[in-house]
Amino acid sequence: MRAPAAAQSEATTAARLVKVLGGAGAVAGLAIVTAFLATKPRIEANRARAVQAAIEEVLRQPDRYETLYVVNDRLAAQPPAGADASRLEQVYLGYRGATAIGFAVTAAEAGFQDLIHLIFGYDPATGTIIGMRVLDNRETPGLGDKIVRDSGFVAEFDSVVLPLRGVKAGQGQDSPGEVHMITGATISSRAVIRIINNRIQRLRPLLDAYRAARPEAR
Amino acid sequence: MKQSTAQEDLVRGIWRENPVLVQVLGLCPTLAVTNTLANSLVMGAATTFVLISSSLMVSSIRRWVPNAVRISTFILIIATFVTIADLVLQAVVPVIHKALGAFVPLIVVNCIILARQEAFASKNTVGRSLLDAVGNSAGFVMALLIMGTIRELLGSGTLLGMSVFGRHFEPWVIFVLPPGGFLTLGVMLLGANWLQERRKSAAGAA
Repeated sequence: MRAPAAAQSEATTAARLVKVLGGAGAVAGLAIVTAFLATKPRIEANRARAVQAAIEEVLRQPDRYETLYVVNDRLAAQPPAGADASRLEQVYLGYRGATAIGFAVTAAEAGFQDLIHLIFGYDPATGTIIGMRVLDNRETPGLGDKIVRDSGFVAEFDSVVLPLRGVKAGQGQDSPGEVHMITGATISSRAVIRIINNRIQRLRPLLDAYRAARPEAR
Repeated sequence: MKQSTAQEDLVRGIWRENPVLVQVLGLCPTLAVTNTLANSLVMGAATTFVLISSSLMVSSIRRWVPNAVRISTFILIIATFVTIADLVLQAVVPVIHKALGAFVPLIVVNCIILARQEAFASKNTVGRSLLDAVGNSAGFVMALLIMGTIRELLGSGTLLGMSVFGRHFEPWVIFVLPPGGFLTLGVMLLGANWLQERRKSAAGAA
């Protein structure tokens, strides 16, 4: 008589364990989904606001901007039917009045520790950078992260002619493509310069082709 | 074991059994995100929310949770509150959320939280567990705030981003770097131990 009773209690225990864990999992799942849905609109709005603020900064407050998508190595004003626009590579074209003033381009490449994500404004008519802002980085606090906090370094990218060339502080000949690097953050500074040069090298044919096809984009 | 009073449950975590200064638990966030006072404040608030909510939940369901699955249930409860805290921070303070990086999700494995569930909330009433969680959170936040204040003040010359020492102060960059975290914590542990020793010897002499 003992054995069946023990087996039964073991089965009950197993069933109870599954019930407790299953129940806890279901409640936890419900709570997480509720929190996710409740915070989603605000998180997305925060992200959109951050991107918009960055575009406006690097294009020096355009009146409006349009989003272009890189599709099959060409720029398109509309994402292809059925494609998820947020997954496509995007470029932004800013206007002042009816005149196009330049493209805002995002880029990411390795810095000293991890990827440096940045955005910069590019005027294809003159081949100059309008402005640059680092969006995200994991550079050394206090040293490499000066690429964000050092306003002098950030200002180096205002109206600088491509291709960019990094020079050490106190050196250089004031040529138009010179960017003075930060002492103590040479690798991070050089990375920012490299990222912009590489990105423009890759995108320039696309941007030029788009401008040639669209007269309003100059 | 001697039964503790409600007041003891509350104050124990603040000083005598401070999770950071005495038990030396939860050092990952203590060292990693205290390079500014704002980061310390937000990390402290998020951990407090998770610790108090988890203790309330664990103590209220303690009768129904079989011993064999208690740890997995506790972790599930803690992870749920951490996910909620992570989403809320992302929605409300996106800049600080970004600065804290992976350390918000890592609150799940902060051993202070699991330790309080295992050692206290799973064996005590909801009220007592709440007091215990509040006391331990206060102790943890206190340690983070001291770390954050010292490191931001010396490492950046600012407090909450506002300049304290003026333009001519040359920041001791090492204090916002990992070695500065270890140095600051070491000095704090030294101070806490010295105070405890002094109190013990005073009590012995009396």
